[in-house]
Amino acid sequence: MSKTKLYPLKININGVWKKAKVAPEESLLKVLREKLGHTEVKEGCGKGDCGACAVLLNGKPVNACLTLALQADQQKVVTVKGIGTPDRPHPLQESFVKRGAIQCGFCTAGMLVSAKNLLDENPNPSRDEIKKAISGNLCRCTGYKKIIEAIEEAAQKIRQTIYDKR
Amino acid sequence: MNGKDDFKIIGKPIPRHDAWEKAFGLTTYAADFSLPDMLHGKVLRSKYPSAKILSIDTTKAKRLKGVQAVLTAKDVPRNESVTRFGQTHTVGGGFEGLYRVLADNKVHFLGEAVALVAADTEEIALKALDLIKVEYEPIPGVFDPIEAMNPNAPQVQEGRSNIITHYEVVRGDVEKGFSEADVVVENTYRVQFVDHAYMEPESGVAWIDENGVITIRVSTQVIEHFRGIADVLNLPHNRVRVIGTYVGGGFGGKEDITVEAFLALLTYKTGRPVKLTYTREESILSHSKRHPYVMEYKTGAKKDGRLIALKARLVSDAGAYVYLSPWVLLYSMVDAPGPYRIPHVRVDGYTVLTNNTFTSANRGFGAPQVCFAYESQMDELARRLQMDPAEIRKINYLEKGEALATGQVLNHLVALKETTDQVLQVLGEKPLSKGKIRIGRGIASGMTSYGRMIFLHDTSRSHVSIEMDGSVTIRTGVQDIGGGQASSLCQIASEVLGVPLDHIKIYIADTALTPFAGTTTATRQLYMSGNATLIAAQEVRKTLIQKAARMMDLDPERLNLVDREVVDQGGSGKNLPLTEVIKACASDGLPLYHVALFKAPFRTLTQFERIEGDVFPDFTFGTHGVVVAVDEETGKVQVLKIVSCFDVGRAINRLSVEGQIEGGAIYGMGYALTEEVILKEGITLTPSFSEYLLPTSMDLPELETLLIESGDGVGPFGSKGVGEPSVCSVAPAIANAIYDAVGIRINELPLTPERILKALRKEENDENPLSRHR
Repeated sequence: MSKTKLYPLKININGVWKKAKVAPEESLLKVLREKLGHTEVKEGCGKGDCGACAVLLNGKPVNACLTLALQADQQKVVTVKGIGTPDRPHPLQESFVKRGAIQCGFCTAGMLVSAKNLLDENPNPSRDEIKKAISGNLCRCTGYKKIIEAIEEAAQKIRQTIYDKR
Repeated sequence: MNGKDDFKIIGKPIPRHDAWEKAFGLTTYAADFSLPDMLHGKVLRSKYPSAKILSIDTTKAKRLKGVQAVLTAKDVPRNESVTRFGQTHTVGGGFEGLYRVLADNKVHFLGEAVALVAADTEEIALKALDLIKVEYEPIPGVFDPIEAMNPNAPQVQEGRSNIITHYEVVRGDVEKGFSEADVVVENTYRVQFVDHAYMEPESGVAWIDENGVITIRVSTQVIEHFRGIADVLNLPHNRVRVIGTYVGGGFGGKEDITVEAFLALLTYKTGRPVKLTYTREESILSHSKRHPYVMEYKTGAKKDGRLIALKARLVSDAGAYVYLSPWVLLYSMVDAPGPYRIPHVRVDGYTVLTNNTFTSANRGFGAPQVCFAYESQMDELARRLQMDPAEIRKINYLEKGEALATGQVLNHLVALKETTDQVLQVLGEKPLSKGKIRIGRGIASGMTSYGRMIFLHDTSRSHVSIEMDGSVTIRTGVQDIGGGQASSLCQIASEVLGVPLDHIKIYIADTALTPFAGTTTATRQLYMSGNATLIAAQEVRKTLIQKAARMMDLDPERLNLVDREVVDQGGSGKNLPLTEVIKACASDGLPLYHVALFKAPFRTLTQFERIEGDVFPDFTFGTHGVVVAVDEETGKVQVLKIVSCFDVGRAINRLSVEGQIEGGAIYGMGYALTEEVILKEGITLTPSFSEYLLPTSMDLPELETLLIESGDGVGPFGSKGVGEPSVCSVAPAIANAIYDAVGIRINELPLTPERILKALRKEENDENPLSRHR
C-alpha cells in the first residue's frame, strides 16, 4: 500500500493553536473530529447538504466537510465550543435552551455557528434574514420555529447589551 | 383531577437538562466516542436488488495490511434469528419478524449487508471492501406490491409467500350499508417511501469489558435488542450489554437493529474495540423506510352527511424483509375508518414482500398513510353533498363511550369537535387569491394511538432514590431520542418529591444498570415510564411523609413536600427540613428508594386475521388546518400557515409538547410535498439530501400550536402522547387545501409541482366545465 504524504497543519481552534499531520485530501471535518478531538463538530451527510458540520473559518461559516484541512492552515476556526461555554454562555446558547430550540441537538452545533455569524454581521435581522441565514442547516426535530424565535431573542439581548454599553 | 395551578413543575415550559450540554457541544453522541486501539468497521453491501450469491472471495481483503477481520454469513454463529423488537412476551401469529444479519446465498434488496470488515483505519477498511470479490447472478425481482401478490410473481424470501399477512376489520354489513347510501365516493390513494432523515446517521462503538461482556454504546431507540444480539452470537443474554446514547433523532428508524449486531460480531472476533458509523448514503440505501401503501377507499354517506359505510383495501410494501410490517399494518387497520361513527365497515389489509428497501417503523406507524386516504374521502364527500368540510366531520366524529369499528370502546374524551373549532378560529378568513397564485384552506383530523398494542404485554420500570442531602436519582432504561424523554421524568419526580429540578439526576438506557423501561417507540415513554417514575416517586414520598408524621406528631394527610421541606398544611406552621427526615429514615433502615413496575393493559390474542376488540391503551386526537398558495403556472405549492390543535391530556413540559407538535407539522409537510425515496426496479435514485428533499427554514410556514388539556389521558397526571400523533393529519389537510385553491385532487403523495401541473392541464382540457369545482 502506498503511503500518502502527510503535511503539517497549524490551526487556531477557539483561540488555541493546535498541530496535526494531515493528508492533502483530508477534510477539515475529519481532522477536527479525528485528529484534534473536536467531536462537537458533527457529520450529518459529508457532502455539504445538511450544515451539521458548520464552523467559522476566519469568521465566515463553512461546511467543514467541504473544506480541506490544509485550506485552514494558519487560519482561525471557531466551533460551537468557541461561541460560549457553561461559564460564559453566548446569548444564542441561552436562548436556544430556554426557547426549546434544541431537541435531539445534532444540528445545534452547526445551527449556532450560522446564527452567530448572522448576528455578528447584523444584530437586527428580520425574520426572513434569519430564515435565509440558517437555510443551509437542516433540522429534523423542531420544525425551525423555536430556532428562529431563539435567534430573535438573542439578537434583542445583544442589541440591548450594545445599547447599554453606549 | 388536580387543577393546573396546583402544580409547581408540571406544565411549566422548563428547559431540558440535556439541552444545556447540547448547546455547548458537550454531549457525546455515538460517533463522538472512541477507545484506545479501536478498529473501524465497514459493511459490504449488495449491488443488486435481487441476485444469487455464487461465491464470496475474501482472501485478498484479509491479506491487506491493517485488516483485522473480514466476516461473511458463515462466520455468524446464528445468522438468522427471530427479532422481538424489545418485547419479552411471545405473541405468535407472525408477530416476530425474521432477521438475517448477513446475506448468505441470495440478496433481496439493494444495499443488503453481505460482508463486514474491521481494520486499523477507515481508509484501510474501505480498501478491504473493494478487495472482497462477490460473484452475483442477478435474478428477476418484484418491485410492486400488487404484482408481488400474484402467485406467479418471483418469491422474495424462499419458502414463504410474498403476502406476509392478511388482516380484516368487519363491522355490520358493508354492502347493505352502501345500498342505503345516498352518495358514494370511491378513490385509490398511493403514498411513497419516506426516509427518517435523522441528522445523526446510525452509529456505535463496541468493546469487550474486563468481565468479558460485549458492550455496545449505540444510538438506538431500543436498548433491549441486547437479547437478539446475544442470540446472534449464541451467547447468554447477560454477556451482552447495550448502552444507549442521547440519540440524534430516531423517528422509528432506530427502532430496528442498525449497527449493533455488526459491531458485536466484529469486536467478538477481533477482541478489540470497533466503531461503525453509516454514511448518509448508506443510511438512505440500506436502512428501513416508511411503508408505501396502495389504498382503495369507498365511503358512503346519507344526504344529511352521516357516514353509513366504509370499505377499504390496503396493500403495504414491506420491502425485502418482514421487520415491523405486520404491526404497522395492524395500526393502519384500526385507524383505517378514521375517528368516525360508521355502522358498516370492512377493511382488508395486506403487507407484501418485494425486492425494495425494507420498510418498518416511521413516526406515525401506519396512521398517517390511512389518514391521507380517509381525510381526502371526507372532503370529497363534503363536496358531493355541498357541505362544509368541518360540518360533515363534526356530524360524524366519534365521542367518548362509542366504539371503533374493531369494537374497542373509547373510554376517554375524544376532543375532535373542540380541536376543529379551535383550528378554524385561529385559521381565520381565507386570504384573497391574486392572479395565478390561488389561495386555499383545508383541514383534516386524525387519531393515533399511544402506547404499544396491548397484546405485547408492555411494561416499564423506574428506580427513584433520595440521597442523604435530599438530592434525587432516577435510574430507568429509557432511550432519549430528543423528545425530552429523560427530562420529563425529572419533572415528575420533582413535582412529587418537592425537590427542585437541579437537584435531580437521571441515568438512562443501560441494560446492565438501569431497570428495563422498554422501547422509545409507539409514543409510549411518557405514558409508560412516566407512570413508572410517578409510582416510584410516590412510594419514596410515602416513606418520607409517614416518618415525618411520626416525628412531627401530625396526621400524614396534613403533610406536603415543598422545596425540600416537610410542611404542615393544616395551619400549625410546623415544618421540618427534608434532610432531617431522610436521616431518620436511614437510621431506621427504611427504604429511601423504590423500583416501580408499570403495566399497560394486557390482552391475549387467540386469532390474528380478524382484528377485534381492544388493541391500544388509548388514542390522541387532533386537527390540522392549513393555508396554501398554489401557483397555477408552475404547480408549486407554498404552505403559508399550519394550525395544529391536539388534546394532549396534560402538557408535562409545554416547551417539549409544542416542540413535538411543531416538528410533527413540518415532518408531515415534508411527507406531503417533497419527500420521496424513489426506487426504480429496486434501485434507489435519491441517495442523498440533494435528491431527497427535506423542508428547510425557507419552507417554514406560520405555525400555530393550540393545546387542549382535558386531563383525560392514561399517562401521568392525565397526559397523552403527542410525538407521533403530531404528524398524522398534516398531509391530507394540505391536499384538501390544494383542492380548495385550484379545484384538483391529487390522490398520490408527494404533491409535487409536476403532479399538480399535470392535473391542472388535464382539467383545462376537460370538456365538462362543471368538473372543476371552485
